[in-house]
Amino acid sequence: MASETEMVMQAQKSDQDRKVILSIDDLHVWFELKRFGFGHVGYVKAVDGVTFDVHDAETIAVVGESGCGKSSLMKTILGLHKPIRGRVLFEGRDLSKFDTKELHWYHSHVGYVQQDPYGALPPFMTVKKILEEPLIVGGVKDKKERLYRIQKVMEEVKLTPVNDFLTKYPHMLSGGQQQRVVIARAMIMEPKFLVADEPVSMLDASVRVEILKLLRALQEEHHLSVIYITHDLSTVSYFSERIFVMYAGNLIEKAKVRQVLDNPLHPYTMALLTGTSEPDARNAHTFKELPPGEPPSLVNPPNGCRFHPRCSKMIEGICNVEEPPDFEPEASHLVACWLYKENV
Amino acid sequence: MDQNKKLLRIENLVLHFNTLQGPVQAVDGVNFELDTNRAVVILGESGCGKSSLAKAILRLLPRNAGAYSGHIYLEGKDIMSLSEEEFRQNIRWAAISMVPQAAMNALNPVIRVGDQVAEPAMIHLGVDKAEAFSLVQKMFQHVGVPADFISRYPFELSGGMRQRVAIAMALVTSPKLIILDEPTSALDVLTQANIFNVLKRLKKELGIGFILITHDIATSSELADDVAVMYAGQIVEVSDAFRFFDKPLHPYSQKLMASVPRLHGKKEPEFITGRPPSLIDLPQGCRFVDRCPVRFEKCVEDPPLIEQAGRKVKCWLYS
Repeated sequence: MASETEMVMQAQKSDQDRKVILSIDDLHVWFELKRFGFGHVGYVKAVDGVTFDVHDAETIAVVGESGCGKSSLMKTILGLHKPIRGRVLFEGRDLSKFDTKELHWYHSHVGYVQQDPYGALPPFMTVKKILEEPLIVGGVKDKKERLYRIQKVMEEVKLTPVNDFLTKYPHMLSGGQQQRVVIARAMIMEPKFLVADEPVSMLDASVRVEILKLLRALQEEHHLSVIYITHDLSTVSYFSERIFVMYAGNLIEKAKVRQVLDNPLHPYTMALLTGTSEPDARNAHTFKELPPGEPPSLVNPPNGCRFHPRCSKMIEGICNVEEPPDFEPEASHLVACWLYKENV
Repeated sequence: MDQNKKLLRIENLVLHFNTLQGPVQAVDGVNFELDTNRAVVILGESGCGKSSLAKAILRLLPRNAGAYSGHIYLEGKDIMSLSEEEFRQNIRWAAISMVPQAAMNALNPVIRVGDQVAEPAMIHLGVDKAEAFSLVQKMFQHVGVPADFISRYPFELSGGMRQRVAIAMALVTSPKLIILDEPTSALDVLTQANIFNVLKRLKKELGIGFILITHDIATSSELADDVAVMYAGQIVEVSDAFRFFDKPLHPYSQKLMASVPRLHGKKEPEFITGRPPSLIDLPQGCRFVDRCPVRFEKCVEDPPLIEQAGRKVKCWLYS
C-alpha cells in the first residue's frame, strides 16, 4: 500500500516537474446576443469558468458533444476569440496582452489541425503553395530552404514520393492524404504545441487509425503538447494522457485516461461511456440507459449543476441550487459533482 | 425456409454509372437476402458502393446510370420488372422507404415538419389531411418526438430530433422494409445511442425489415442481426452478427474489425495499408488482393461466394 502511495506521489511529482507550456485560468468566453444589431439581449456562455494546465509534451483530450463549447475553447486558445474574463497563458505570457508581432510569434508556435480537411485546404493552391505560405508569412526568405522544409515535413507525414504530391491540388487527394497535408501545414513551422479539432471524424474507419498513429508519432518525435478535441471516447485512449470532459461550457471531469475510461465518476461521463458502442452482437438485443433530454441552451444554463435536469442521481436542494466545485475523490481525478462531497 | 417467403432477395444486382473515363462499377453482382423482422447491416468504407446499393434497391437512379440489371424480389415478387409508374405507386415509399444520410439536408426548410411527414401518407395511402396528421402524431410518438413539434420548421429542431422526424417520415406509410443510410453519422454519441434505442424498439414493435448502411462497425452492432461486408462494389462476406463480430472470415472484414478502437483492453488498432481500387479500373481477380496480407497464387482468379457453415465468404482461403 505504502509503495502504491509512493508511486502515485512520484507520478504527481513528475507531473509537477514538467514545465507548464499552456495555462488556462478561469476562462470565460461569452458571445453577446443583440437584437437588430444593437440592444443587448444576453450572452451565449460558450466557455464558462475553465481552468487547466498543459505540460510540456503532454497530450490532452477534450471530450464533449457538439455545442458544449469545446470549439470556442480551442479558438480562444488559438487567439481567435477574446475571453470576457480569465486568461490564457503561453509559457507564462498573457495572450490578451500580445501585440501583432507577438501574436505572429505565438501563431508560429501553435499548429492547428482542422476537422474537415477538404474545407480547410484552399482548392486553387497546390500542396507546395499551401505548405509554402506559412513559411513566407513566417519570414523564411530563402527559396531553397523553404523547399527543403516542405520536403522534410512531407516525408514526416508520409506524403511520399514527395515530388508526386508537390504539384497536386487538394481535390486530387484522398481524404486521408488531404488530412496529411493539413497536418503538414500545422507542423511546418515546428510548433511547440498542436491543437487538433476532431482530426479524424470525417475519415473512414481504417484511415482514422492511420492518421491517429501519425499524429502520435509526430507528438513523440517532436515532444509536442497536443490538445485533441473529440466527441469520440473510443479513440481517446490511444492518444492522450489526460481527458477533460466538457459539458455546457464547463469541464466536469479531469483525470488520466484510464481513470476516466475504467472508473468514470461524473454521471455525464458514465452516460457518454454507455453511449459509445463496441462491436459486439449482443448490443442489438439490449437497450441503453441514457439520460433524457438534450444539452441545455448556453444562453440560459440551468442553475446549480448544469447536468442536473438530466441526471438520475440528482440531489434535490443541492444539485439544482449550487454549482459544484471540483472534488478529488481519488488522486489526480477531479470531478465537479456533488455526489463526491463527503457527508452530503 | 421457402425462398418466396423471404422479405427481400437480391440476385446479381448490377448498377453502373457512365462517366467519361468509363463505367463506374458501383454495384457489381450483389446477392443477399433479408427476412422480415430482421436487420442486415451493409458495412463498407466510403466509395465501396454501399449508398449506390440503396439507390439501386429503391430505383433512385441518377442521370448517368448505365447498366442496371439483376433481380430484386420483395416477398417473392420481382420488383425490377415493374414499370416506373408501378414502382412509384406500389414500391417506393409504399413498401420500401429510406432514411437518408444527413437528415438536416433531407427535410425541406420552408415546410413544417408535420406537413412533410404527412405528405407520403396522403399520396400513398390516399388518406385526407386530418387522417394523415393523426398518423403523423402516432409516428412521432413511436420515434419519440414531442407531439407539439408537428407545426415546427426543421431549423427549430435539434439534429437528433430532425433525424427522428426523418425516421417518422419513412415509417408513416407502414412500409415492409426501411433502408437506413448512415442514419447517425453526423450525430453526437448520446443522440446516436438514443436513435439506436428507437430503432431497436421499432424493430420489436412493428415487425419490419431494416437495411442499415454504415461504415461504423461499432455502432452497426447495435442493430445487426446479419452483416454483409461490401468491398469495391461486391459483397465479400455475409454472416450472422454473432459469429461475425466474434470472428469475421474474410481478410478484409478481419482488417476492418482490427481497425476499430476499443474503450477497454490494450490491443492497438491497426490500419489497412493501401487504398481500395478505383471502381472504374478494377483488378481481374479478387478485388482485395493488393491489400490482402494472406494472398496466394489462386487470388488472381475471381473467387465465388463460398458457403462456410451457413455463412458466405468471397475468398479462396475457404474453398
